[in-house]
Amino acid sequence: MSASRFAEGGRIDRSRALSFTFDGRRMGGFAGDTLASALLANGVMLMGRSFKYHRPRGLMSGGASEPNALVTVGEGSRREPNLRASMVDLHDGLVAESQNRWPSLGFDLGAVNQVLSPFIGAGFYYKTFMWPAALWEKLYEPVIRRAAGLGRATHERDSARYDKRWAHCDLLVIGAGPAGLMAALVAARAGARVIVCDEAAAPGGRLLADRVVIGDTDGPGFADAALGELSGFPKVRVMPRTTVFGWYDSGVFGAVERLDPGKGGATERVWRIVARRAVLATGAEERPIAFGNNDLPGIMTASLVRGLAHSMAIRPGNRVAVFTTGSSGHETARDLAALGVDVAAIVDSRTHVPEGDRAASQGLQVLSGHVVADARGRGVLTGIETIDRASGRRARIEVDALAVSGGFNPVIHLACHRGDKPVWDGGRGMFLPPAARDGLAAAGSAGGVLDLSGCLASGAKAGRDALESLGFPSAHTDIPTVRDAVGGSPGFATLWHVTEAKGKAFVDHQNDVTVEDLGLAVREGYGHVELAKRYTTNGMATDQGKTSNVVAIGILSEARGLTPDQVGTTTFRPFYTPVLIGALAGPHTGPHYRPVRRSPLHAWAEKRGAVFIEAGPWLRVSHFPALGETGWKDACDRETLAVRKTVGLSDASTLGKIDVSGDAAAAFLDLVYTGIMSTLPVGKARYGLMLREDGLVMDDGTVSRFAQDHFVITTTTAAAGEVMAHLEFCAQALWPEMDVNLVSVTDQWAQITVAGPRARDVVARVVADDVSEANFPFLAARPVTLHSGLEGRLFRISFSGELGFELAVPARHGEAVADALMAAGDPFGIVPYGLEALNVLRIEKGFLTHAEIDGRMTPDDLGLSRMVSGKKADFIGRALLGRDGMQREGRIQMVGLVPLDPAGRILAGGHLLNPGASPSMANDQGHVSSSCWSPHLNSTVALAFLKHGRSRLGETIVVWDALRGLETSARIVDPIFLKEVPANPPPLRSHPPVLATADGRSSVIDGLTTGSEKVTRLGILPDAPIGLLIGPGASHSQLELIAAGGDGVARKVAPGQVLAVGKPGEPFGTFAGRLADGLPKRCRLVDLSDGRVRLCLDGERIADVLASQTGIDMGADMVQEGFSQPTLFGHVPGQLTLLAGGVVEILVFSTYARDLAQALRHTIELAEADWAQVKIPGSG
Amino acid sequence: MKYSAVSLLREGLKGNLGWKPVWREPVPKPVYDVIIVGGGGHGLATAYYLAKNHGITNVAVLEKGYLGSGNVGRNTTIVRANYLLEANEPFYSHSLKLWEGLEQELNFNAMMSQRGVINLFHSDGQRDAYARRGNAMRMHGEDADLLTREEVRAHVPFLDFDNPRFPIHGGLMQRRGGTARHDGVAWGYGRAADSRGVDLIQNCEVTGIRREGGRVTGVDTTRGFIGCGRLGLAAAGNSGRVAAMADLRLPIESQVLQAFVSEGIKPFIDQVVTFGAALFYLSQSDKGGLVFGGSLDFYNSYAQRGNLQTVEAVMEAACAMVPAISRVKVLRAWGGVMDMSMDGSPIIDKTPVEGLYLNAGWCYGGFKATPASGWCFAHLLATGEVHPLNAEMRLDRFARGYQIDELGLGAQANLH
Amino acid sequence: MASLIQCPHCGLRPKEEFTIKGDAAPVRPAAGAPPAEWDAYVHLRDNVRGVMTEYWHHAGGCRRWLAVTRDTASHSVAEVRDASEYALRHAETSR
Repeated sequence: MSASRFAEGGRIDRSRALSFTFDGRRMGGFAGDTLASALLANGVMLMGRSFKYHRPRGLMSGGASEPNALVTVGEGSRREPNLRASMVDLHDGLVAESQNRWPSLGFDLGAVNQVLSPFIGAGFYYKTFMWPAALWEKLYEPVIRRAAGLGRATHERDSARYDKRWAHCDLLVIGAGPAGLMAALVAARAGARVIVCDEAAAPGGRLLADRVVIGDTDGPGFADAALGELSGFPKVRVMPRTTVFGWYDSGVFGAVERLDPGKGGATERVWRIVARRAVLATGAEERPIAFGNNDLPGIMTASLVRGLAHSMAIRPGNRVAVFTTGSSGHETARDLAALGVDVAAIVDSRTHVPEGDRAASQGLQVLSGHVVADARGRGVLTGIETIDRASGRRARIEVDALAVSGGFNPVIHLACHRGDKPVWDGGRGMFLPPAARDGLAAAGSAGGVLDLSGCLASGAKAGRDALESLGFPSAHTDIPTVRDAVGGSPGFATLWHVTEAKGKAFVDHQNDVTVEDLGLAVREGYGHVELAKRYTTNGMATDQGKTSNVVAIGILSEARGLTPDQVGTTTFRPFYTPVLIGALAGPHTGPHYRPVRRSPLHAWAEKRGAVFIEAGPWLRVSHFPALGETGWKDACDRETLAVRKTVGLSDASTLGKIDVSGDAAAAFLDLVYTGIMSTLPVGKARYGLMLREDGLVMDDGTVSRFAQDHFVITTTTAAAGEVMAHLEFCAQALWPEMDVNLVSVTDQWAQITVAGPRARDVVARVVADDVSEANFPFLAARPVTLHSGLEGRLFRISFSGELGFELAVPARHGEAVADALMAAGDPFGIVPYGLEALNVLRIEKGFLTHAEIDGRMTPDDLGLSRMVSGKKADFIGRALLGRDGMQREGRIQMVGLVPLDPAGRILAGGHLLNPGASPSMANDQGHVSSSCWSPHLNSTVALAFLKHGRSRLGETIVVWDALRGLETSARIVDPIFLKEVPANPPPLRSHPPVLATADGRSSVIDGLTTGSEKVTRLGILPDAPIGLLIGPGASHSQLELIAAGGDGVARKVAPGQVLAVGKPGEPFGTFAGRLADGLPKRCRLVDLSDGRVRLCLDGERIADVLASQTGIDMGADMVQEGFSQPTLFGHVPGQLTLLAGGVVEILVFSTYARDLAQALRHTIELAEADWAQVKIPGSG
Repeated sequence: MKYSAVSLLREGLKGNLGWKPVWREPVPKPVYDVIIVGGGGHGLATAYYLAKNHGITNVAVLEKGYLGSGNVGRNTTIVRANYLLEANEPFYSHSLKLWEGLEQELNFNAMMSQRGVINLFHSDGQRDAYARRGNAMRMHGEDADLLTREEVRAHVPFLDFDNPRFPIHGGLMQRRGGTARHDGVAWGYGRAADSRGVDLIQNCEVTGIRREGGRVTGVDTTRGFIGCGRLGLAAAGNSGRVAAMADLRLPIESQVLQAFVSEGIKPFIDQVVTFGAALFYLSQSDKGGLVFGGSLDFYNSYAQRGNLQTVEAVMEAACAMVPAISRVKVLRAWGGVMDMSMDGSPIIDKTPVEGLYLNAGWCYGGFKATPASGWCFAHLLATGEVHPLNAEMRLDRFARGYQIDELGLGAQANLH
Repeated sequence: MASLIQCPHCGLRPKEEFTIKGDAAPVRPAAGAPPAEWDAYVHLRDNVRGVMTEYWHHAGGCRRWLAVTRDTASHSVAEVRDASEYALRHAETSR
């Protein structure tokens, strides 16, 4: 005896048969089925096993709250455990499997735990498994862990794809039942932007589940009409299969949409919905009653039984009883009887059953004042034992299904996600949502209104109230009349559990928490609702207590002699229902976890076979392997030797470059560096040290002065972002009165280092200016012209300790200039070198990186106290650098180490011990920060930090590295290992000049994929000059006016900062000339033509693509042609501009261009697969 | 009553009706020798060690909510002692040793499980930093191993070793690290303290600190004035507010940190593994849920709830480290209020106010410190002297320039 | 309100576009101020439960520093100003 399918009826499509398997058994269902309804139709009542006692379980409450029918769906990399069978839409070929049973669902050895139940009640594990201590990890815990958990997750990489999108609306309606649909209709008709989310595949809620007559149609008819009308409004979006899982601050809601993976797009999409107002129309869950063996398969909530019968044509059983405390049970009985099901009895705990309910169940046996004490059956329900509470007489009724109703719990979770507590309504025996707040209000059953016409009315009112508060004209909406809805009064009596029960009475079905367990918690002092939850685990299962929390509160209140509101609820938190971690990560996985920055010389290095390594956001060249080399070290040695012997070339483009201008620029730099920069002559560079306000070193770099009021400073690659933000803070928040402009020009310039004795010869062949020692001495920094006519900047600085130049040219020319320099160096045997060689070169000279500047160092620790000016009254960090602890004796100081045995190994991370000292923190003398093999000294050399270091030169110290089994005696030496002044030989007989001519952006857009031609196109706009207008000389509106002189569109970045774009093909000079006329004093136009790439999107559905990238509301009124704002695209910064013809321009930082283009392409693919999907009825 | 398999059997046969309450519900006395503000892990542990190590039992723990309602009940339960600096490592090392005998000491199974903690690294620079840290641990006699990529793979084969952005180069492992059942720790210490005579007073919020002649005399509470000889603050995220009652400003900002648990699944991961490319840490509870967390939300907050953007960032890191986790569902998120100090290290010290003692600044490392924190704070409250194990964890270290900055991030609370 | 911030220059933007520095109440002391003042400026905080002003940086947008006045208990935002405007006014009032 079990469930089956009625010959006709339901909303399933009997013309579309589907085939699926459950535990290997092949079965059939229909389109429109859920896995749960299909299993019932096949007579499968047993769907799972419980967590602790492994009791047989069947479908209980259905929908999102289902605690029992958890299954694993899918295979291999798509395997997903713990899905509620009631929420899985059946599709052809679906593979499902039961969980937490062995060897089989029917025969599960775990069921032995039921015998042990007296000894393994709530919290038993806190009281045992302690002796002997050693056995915990070895025996007890492994056994517990194997027993725990439900489904088994795969360890395979998830092959599904996920998407993420923003949405913005005036009104978000959560739940498309009667109340939600009315609220949406009211708002839609008033012209508001509306989003309706419903977690079911078919929106309608109880309209599809109950037998009702609304106006001149039935529930489904009303729902279809409403959805049809909504689909006609362009500003309305109805999203079925979409669960709103959380309410966050500032009106942000998180939602997850389940898509059809068959289309090759995303399987799920997470939405961040920004809603000005929201209506919570999530309905109510029917409340179970705790009686003996109330967990047997065949026992379901009354509204589930009713809903399955109507919408899925499921006959719950052949002989059905109803156990109710209110009208829902009578309604179910009425409907089953009407469908020809044998209704054995309606057991109603109330002694006085209201007339309306009696009318509903007319002609059926109503046992008023009775309760069901125990259910009977082995593995499946076969009967119930009722008790007449007046006489105490027990009676048996043979049934194979029982519909239970203990009243209703409004679904109020979301309303409580931001800290508000539910409100107990003693009269109605329900926890109601907290007072409406921050634009969210409950309607319909979620607000405690249980009758249909009440729901329709309250939905309409909620919609109207929301709109009025937003200033929309309120349109009157008729509330359709309802006949024949709920049997009678929608009220119910409160009955938490049946005290006469003999068998186990379950409260939390999934975690096997019983009425007894809660009693034990109270006896042991865990009576507080939070402690009881944590001690018994009630409400901590995958259903988060949707069917058990309120019952538990009721039982606790009885046990403690309190009212439910005195007991209070546990905290409601996201997620309303479990959400796939992958869906929340969205597209930001694998290569797109974080964006990659690529130097303008990236493609150039790729062509030369470079090996790249991660360096923060960048991919940088590790080394350039040559034929016959066995590893990075061979290459590193070769590159290092070449630089010292003749000449080498490397890429310095990743260094942070900041353009600093303004009348107060020099004074500003004096405040942020430890040294004095205002005395720096124009055309010269100086080494600079920056402290944090706490007096410790933040970063080092160079400062070059190009004019009285114009500097360019460099930062380390690692600290570039931190330093820029710090300087912006200083300029904007600390000294806003100073006239100083900061512009990052890192992306604008390709910067190439040429180092080695022959560097000058090489540079001289490419640069037209006189670069002789006399004319271009150490620390010279000046604009230069290349033989090719190209303008650049040349710096006579060196991070290798050799004669060195850094040549900066606009990024697009980087590759050509690098090639030219390589050609120019060919006669000298120039080699390109990477980070590994650079690291050796700088260690040999005792230069610093962030391996030394580790955030705990004072200038003196680094041996740089000479760089701290004593003359200045103030600079960042000056005051706190004076603290005792920063100046104390015995701080660690940077020294060099050379192993006594040249072959001895010293690795960074080793600690220092005095010879003979035993290893202990007390004896710790310091640590090694960097080390390398010096091919010049034929020895390992290392930079280290040692207590009193500088006074211990010549002594011997032990490098203790137990982690790697090394203990190496070393001599303490000056950190400059190579003392020789850099060779600076006279130029050789002059070689002919080399012209760097090639043009274009190939190095930047190389590998950029453009989008499909179908709907949305991704492309690159014609190359045009780009300049940033800055300066206090003009008002912002003036700057915008001037900028518009470029291509007609002013791109506002910030107050006093506007991007201007010239005409395609126009040289920057011409462009600057055109704008110069209008340019007031003290305003500058900074060339960023190479610092940005102009990507574009055109075609249809651009808004959908952008919604996956940025939080900007593209539907807002202000977003018209000419709209321009800076924003993040995923994790990538850029400027979004609406050009004529609906074309969207994205000015992306050029070092991010390739990454963003790939991300946009990925998004377009997902979106187009989505558009290809069959449109769901009613979806906007 | 003593907990054991025997008592389980005995009571089970008697229908489990004989179990006694884990602690009394005492009425506050007019005065105590010591009052501890905060009935979380640190406060309860302090009370226990005051009684056990120092014989001081006329002690009250005042808790504004229920016992363990603070961060001890809302963390990712990780226990480890893998610190770099001499000011920290010995303290946490002592804590780990106390953890190892905790169940037997408290007669309460807090399920301390030494499954090993692995910190992944993704670059040579990170490897060197971890090597320096691991050697420091070894110097103090703690266990530490620098694992190669293949050794990590042997432990946790399903990590994304070839992640296109952050390939895994190896890891630093502390085998004796692991996890514990957070609520069990609070309950175990509470029950043990109560059994030694300590009064655990719930639903008792401190509203004022009374002083006479610059000396603390007691506290005003929602249950009236309660006098005390010495007053210890162990109020975690609310430290600043309580200290303000004595006109103290602290080097602390309170910030919200979110943590997450997935639905229960069969054994998925044994160790505690942390990602090196972003703050992310993952383990699995005995109940089957994957427990994980990431960075702060980064703003000052006393609300125990977080932000969706932070949730997404954490899930991105999860998938970058363990691609298979993508197919697991996250069940619940919660927020704790962290007392973020200006250097990321804690404070256990006297204050300028006589009789007022401070235990704060645990950032998000407080759980593992629970035993040692209680041990040292009890010592301070009993003797008035700072314990050698926390000799550097002083309140005035910032003014003196002796900050304890494990990560070298400087004086900005939300960076630690 | 911390999920979205109303940037005075760019409009309503999600949190990921911002980085946060901390309390904006402390004012940088004048050069030569006593050490205690510097210690308080860099280290000591009121850490209020309620309304406070914080420095946020619109790093993913206009790159302006903002002074965000918000409630640390309810997360509601009262005001967002450009940091320059705030600093100029704040420096006067708190001197």
